[in-house]
Amino acid sequence: MVDVRAGAGGFHPEDFEEEEVPHPRSWWTKYVFSQDAKVVALQYAGTAVFVGLIALVLSWLMRLQLAFPGAFAFIDADHYYQFITMHGMMMVVYVLTAIFLGGFGNYLIPLMIGARDMAFPFINMLSYWTYLLAVLVLLSGFFLPGGPTGAGWTLYPPQALLAGTPGSSYGIVVMFVSLVIFIAGFTMGGLNYVVTVLQLRAPGMTMMRLPMTVWGIFIATIMALLAFPGLLVASLMMLCDRLLGASFFMPAIVQDGAPLANAGGSPILYQHLFWFFGHPEVYIVALPAFGIVADLLSTHARKNLFGYRLMVWATIAIGVLSFMVWGHHMFISGMNPIFGFFFATSTLLIAIPTAIKVYNWIFTLWRGDIRLNPPMLYSLGFIVTFVVGGLTGLFLGNVVVDVPLNSTLFVVAHFHMVMGVAPILVIFGAISHWFPLMSGRMLHDGLAKLHFWITFLGTYFIFFTMHYLGVLGVPRRYYDLGQTAFIPPSVAALNIAITVAALIVGAAQFVLIYNFIRSWRHGEAAKPNPWGATTLEWQTPEMPPPHDNWGKQAPTVYRWAYDYSVPGADRDFIPQNQPEQGARA
Amino acid sequence: MIIAGLIILLVIASVLFHLYSPWWTTPIATNWTNIDSTLSLTFWLTGVAFVLVISFLGWCVWRYRHHAGRVAHYEPESGRLEMWLGAITAVGVVFLLAPGLIAWGKFINPPADAATVEIVGQQWAWYYRLPGPDGKLGRADARFVTADNPLGVNPYDPNSKGNLIVNGGDLHLPVNKPVKILLRSIDVIHNFYIPEFRAKMDMLPGSESYFWFTPTKTGTFEILCAAYCGVGHSYMRGNVVIESDDDYQKWIAQQQSFTQARNGAGDRVRAAARGPGED
Repeated sequence: MVDVRAGAGGFHPEDFEEEEVPHPRSWWTKYVFSQDAKVVALQYAGTAVFVGLIALVLSWLMRLQLAFPGAFAFIDADHYYQFITMHGMMMVVYVLTAIFLGGFGNYLIPLMIGARDMAFPFINMLSYWTYLLAVLVLLSGFFLPGGPTGAGWTLYPPQALLAGTPGSSYGIVVMFVSLVIFIAGFTMGGLNYVVTVLQLRAPGMTMMRLPMTVWGIFIATIMALLAFPGLLVASLMMLCDRLLGASFFMPAIVQDGAPLANAGGSPILYQHLFWFFGHPEVYIVALPAFGIVADLLSTHARKNLFGYRLMVWATIAIGVLSFMVWGHHMFISGMNPIFGFFFATSTLLIAIPTAIKVYNWIFTLWRGDIRLNPPMLYSLGFIVTFVVGGLTGLFLGNVVVDVPLNSTLFVVAHFHMVMGVAPILVIFGAISHWFPLMSGRMLHDGLAKLHFWITFLGTYFIFFTMHYLGVLGVPRRYYDLGQTAFIPPSVAALNIAITVAALIVGAAQFVLIYNFIRSWRHGEAAKPNPWGATTLEWQTPEMPPPHDNWGKQAPTVYRWAYDYSVPGADRDFIPQNQPEQGARA
Repeated sequence: MIIAGLIILLVIASVLFHLYSPWWTTPIATNWTNIDSTLSLTFWLTGVAFVLVISFLGWCVWRYRHHAGRVAHYEPESGRLEMWLGAITAVGVVFLLAPGLIAWGKFINPPADAATVEIVGQQWAWYYRLPGPDGKLGRADARFVTADNPLGVNPYDPNSKGNLIVNGGDLHLPVNKPVKILLRSIDVIHNFYIPEFRAKMDMLPGSESYFWFTPTKTGTFEILCAAYCGVGHSYMRGNVVIESDDDYQKWIAQQQSFTQARNGAGDRVRAAARGPGED
């Protein structure tokens, strides 16, 4: 007999309450092959941090070469280009994308929307293991003959496939294979995040009550699902060109005086595909950071987020516009220059919703009750570095100003400020904010502040001054500046200063790691909801939350996420799951 | 407390660094002064925005830092304030974009009387080709590249015959004459970049790109490659000599035509192929 009640009688919440999350049966399924989004999150984040540390060491090595050219025999030109390539690709894809979406997305989405887990826990687990495989394939490049690819992180053909570039025999193949695996793994996780946000929100949690963190991750995930296919096809086509003798991106080319078999391909086609992914990728990293920082500022200033509705619409507007601006990476690529008018206009338009976000973060602080604890400090550092990086973006987006600055250190400084330092400061802020929830203990305050000051001031010095080398015209991706007429000796002095700062900032990251490990074991025990936050993840029955997050009763939501310092309320925050009665004294 | 002061200090330090930094644009040597003026307009506008926004941030942190008894204000949104801020930003964007697009319109439209010079990139060297007295360049394709035709000039195109090929030397250009540069590569993507000229453009295998400028200063300028082109990228250098028209004409008279270069090179190649002792 078919039970017709569901169709006739409609929605029965008690049916859903009964649904169980897949409980682990052994140590292996609890900690290793876990389907708990919180464990998957820590696996993602841990792996991303490990990759990040490799990328950090690579950045040290490239900085050593730039400051002391030729002083270290093992950093030859081949290695230098391999280091910059792997540093770039690791940081953009395998660290930042993985940590924001795989890490914070997994940890925070179910908890913040009041769900017990992700919609598809098994696929979610598979997503992590696929990501890990992608990382292992990527790292295998270091052990193959010829080493990893040194094609620059953008992997432009024809250069990436030809003998003049290091790693063109095996390194480039494992790079693209790794990207294909990464994208497969991300797609599993990404579909999961979107379905979870749309389908598993707690009763009362309307879309316009979602915390900005969830909005940022949600929109970024949709963007990633639309943008990564561009990189996927580019990767597959490159593999065809490299392995099967196809010519998607390879025109007639002469190498060592002899023509290659290729003909008719278009190197610019690759750039369109790459940047159709590559530009949204900037916002795939930035939007979760925007969302998280909005919540950190609001919580630690004890004040409602200013202009929540406009923030949501600005997030969506940035998401849509970011698919129309990829050509600003190609102003001087030799594409039809008429496109310059369109892409300059669309690029500068995106500055408007982005600026609105900056204003609203600052107006969230205005007339607040600002607690200068580590999450707030990191958030303030984010605003400063993001404003600098955002404003320098106006130079590079304004087509004709891009012409002299393109391919100089100005570009390097700009994108490190805007999508390196700024989002990473948010990651640090987020770690210090959610550490009590993850571990049940507090991060050591003094060590966190020490780490903040060194990281913030050091990176600001590194990348603020680097812009000026770019204005002078110092090119990027130069193993050796050598004797160049227009470059004065003072450039070498600044390069040394930047390298010293980079070594110090890099070393300071181990202060954070030490703090993390030490506090996880011996930190001061955290009180429930130690920051007095309104969002659901802090209202769990235990800290850290159990596998099903909520124990017996999943929460019901009665209000938006920003009821801080509501006049007449008995406390300076009202949790989202607190009913209307009882909110007032 | 410290952070508020430090944010303000950072604003002051950044402005001072900007004013006293020894690193600024190289002295311009072409007509592209409106690239420089748009650049400095952008510096001014973004500089003002930077100082205002970050100073206000620092002030907020100082003014509204926590102390006992402080209660945050409850104000979910202010449509008026947000509209005004959005509008001011939009006006700023228009002020930046308008001169930028006007300059771009000039940048992509070479004057009709511009002379034509072709620059060809190859890992990791520069080659130049100038039209002969008829002012025409023959077609070219990487498939025509041979030891005696390194640029791949089409030998069957009658317009190729008088073309002047500069293989290994500097490129000379006359001062104050607009020149349209046609760009090509026979292997990977390169980029013809002289900081003092401001203008630059990628050179692609399989298709042709262009840009133009009018040199306004005589002298020798160093060419750098500005598109990563493999392990020799930073060593891909060359020189452009800007000189008076008289000197330029003298230099032109010394250059070999395509046909001469081919025959000469052909002799050398044949001699090398025979090797010593076989003569």
